[in-house]
Amino acid sequence: MVANDFSVLAEGLRKTYGDKRALDGLDLAVQRGSVHGLLGPNGAGKTTAVRILSTLIRLDGGHATVGGYDVSRDPRQVRRRIGLTGQNAAVDEIITARQNLEMFGRLFHLGAARARRRAGELLEQFSLAEAADKQPKDFSGGMRRRLDLASSMILAPEVLFLDEPTTGLDPRGRNEVWEAVRSLARGGTTVLLTTHYLDEADKLSDRIAVIDQGRTVTDDTPAGLKRAIGGDRVEVVVAEAGDIPAAVSAVARVASGGVEPETDSEELRVHAPVHDRVAALAEVARVLQETGVAVEDIGLRRPTLDEVFLKLTGGRAERAASEQSDAQEEVAV
Amino acid sequence: MSSVLTSDEVAEADGGRERRLYWALADCWTIVRRDLTHLVKQPSLIAWQLGFPIVSVLLFVYVFGSAMDVGAGVDYKDFALPGMFAMTMAFGFMNTAMSVVVDKERGVTDRFRSMPMAPSAVVTGRGVSDVLHAALDLVVLAAIALVVGWRSDGSVLATLYAFGLLLLLRFALIWIGVLIGLATPNQEAAGNLFALAFPFGMVSSVFTPPSAMPDWLGAIAMWNPVSSTANAIRDLYGNPLPSGGSWIEEHSAMMAVVWPLALTAVFLPLAIRKFQNLSR
Repeated sequence: MVANDFSVLAEGLRKTYGDKRALDGLDLAVQRGSVHGLLGPNGAGKTTAVRILSTLIRLDGGHATVGGYDVSRDPRQVRRRIGLTGQNAAVDEIITARQNLEMFGRLFHLGAARARRRAGELLEQFSLAEAADKQPKDFSGGMRRRLDLASSMILAPEVLFLDEPTTGLDPRGRNEVWEAVRSLARGGTTVLLTTHYLDEADKLSDRIAVIDQGRTVTDDTPAGLKRAIGGDRVEVVVAEAGDIPAAVSAVARVASGGVEPETDSEELRVHAPVHDRVAALAEVARVLQETGVAVEDIGLRRPTLDEVFLKLTGGRAERAASEQSDAQEEVAV
Repeated sequence: MSSVLTSDEVAEADGGRERRLYWALADCWTIVRRDLTHLVKQPSLIAWQLGFPIVSVLLFVYVFGSAMDVGAGVDYKDFALPGMFAMTMAFGFMNTAMSVVVDKERGVTDRFRSMPMAPSAVVTGRGVSDVLHAALDLVVLAAIALVVGWRSDGSVLATLYAFGLLLLLRFALIWIGVLIGLATPNQEAAGNLFALAFPFGMVSSVFTPPSAMPDWLGAIAMWNPVSSTANAIRDLYGNPLPSGGSWIEEHSAMMAVVWPLALTAVFLPLAIRKFQNLSR
């Protein structure tokens, strides 16, 4: 059966809060053993989707199975097959790391002896053995998040939900969490990851679903998403605003399909998509040198996921980011 | 060998519906153990929570005590100390609410709810821990009371029954605490609960007889469940009881049972509903 290839299958998920449609027909198919990123501006419905799939909230419409079980009809079976790491490190700060893991093990019904053994293994696996008998309130952000991850891995779940797992972490903490997620993925765990860090989705995910206003806008590999908005571009940054017209005419000569180059007059940047990458770059450099334009920077650039994202969500991401209340609303529900 | 179990193995070990009750109790006990570990890890927690009643004892007995006249020949400390026990129970709902808020805010409640444990254990575990915690509070308070010269003149059985009534009041307030905790957005907001707890604990017969208050306030104080418990235990301890002679004061022994049961009947279902509504 085809459905068996997917650890998470969601069709037409709907969830309404008053007048606000948090999810408006969201579709998602996460292949078994893959890392799938859910990307979207604040308030797009990422957290709501994860909360529905992890049985924390009921859906209003649509259909979802996780690990082969229906989230509405068989939540307990789903709960045996998932791990959840939310936006906070959901661990008890006062009891030790080991006591946390033993408690969660007992609550997964491992029995006391096995819960103790499993706690020891997880502490090793997540490099927490030395801090095992310390209280998480004294942990760094990265350690706390690793303990949170370990708590989600008591049963080696089929699906691990990570809701913005690195929000609020310093770069070192982020790296620690990324490493842990990669190693879990190598071990065959299916990971569904929400993030608003594009580089995070790019680095970790096999596929990325872009979500906006409660719907899936697109679902593709990171490379495919970048291809979708065009290939490499030649980019020139000039030293003075007066040189922009000269740069535009130089870049226009090589732009693929005669596309008008785009100009960012604030950053004195001119760029356009090109086909014949190296030849185009050499041509632009030659023309600019001949006309005596002072060039700050020149080069070939791949589109970033940021650009994909902004293009797909129609620039709403920028606005949403400034509307912090939106995000809080999503957290609060 | 790794001790990791597959989901199917655990599902099998869980058994079917007939094992539900077993796991509901086992999971409740796991949560209670966690809260007891909190006490072991932070013994100062008890000192903090009892700080207010203890300071109150010292203030009222030694500072105001000489100026307090609650009735012919009644030693103020025999009046005030049982009142203090009742007030500590009354304030207890704040501890419940605070624990609930902390778990909710940190995401621990969500983690529990995403696990295959018995959902009821999150609430029942809270209830059992809080009653145990309250019992410990009473042991410490009673010891301090003995030191400052309070005695129970009642029989052993009557004295134990009095402590039982105090725990019954605390038990009833757990559900109000859970309800408030689930409705409170964060820990900062929970800090304001004192504004609620203070009048609830103080506008009662805890420190002064309601008959000495203005009529309207006295009526509120008399009908405060805390007053019924305070008066009932004073009687059981054999501490003389100045009574205004109203119906509610004459029936304290009964009302000390009726009030908590009524509060539980109203607020336990509401707390459970509020908890279930988390998944809306």
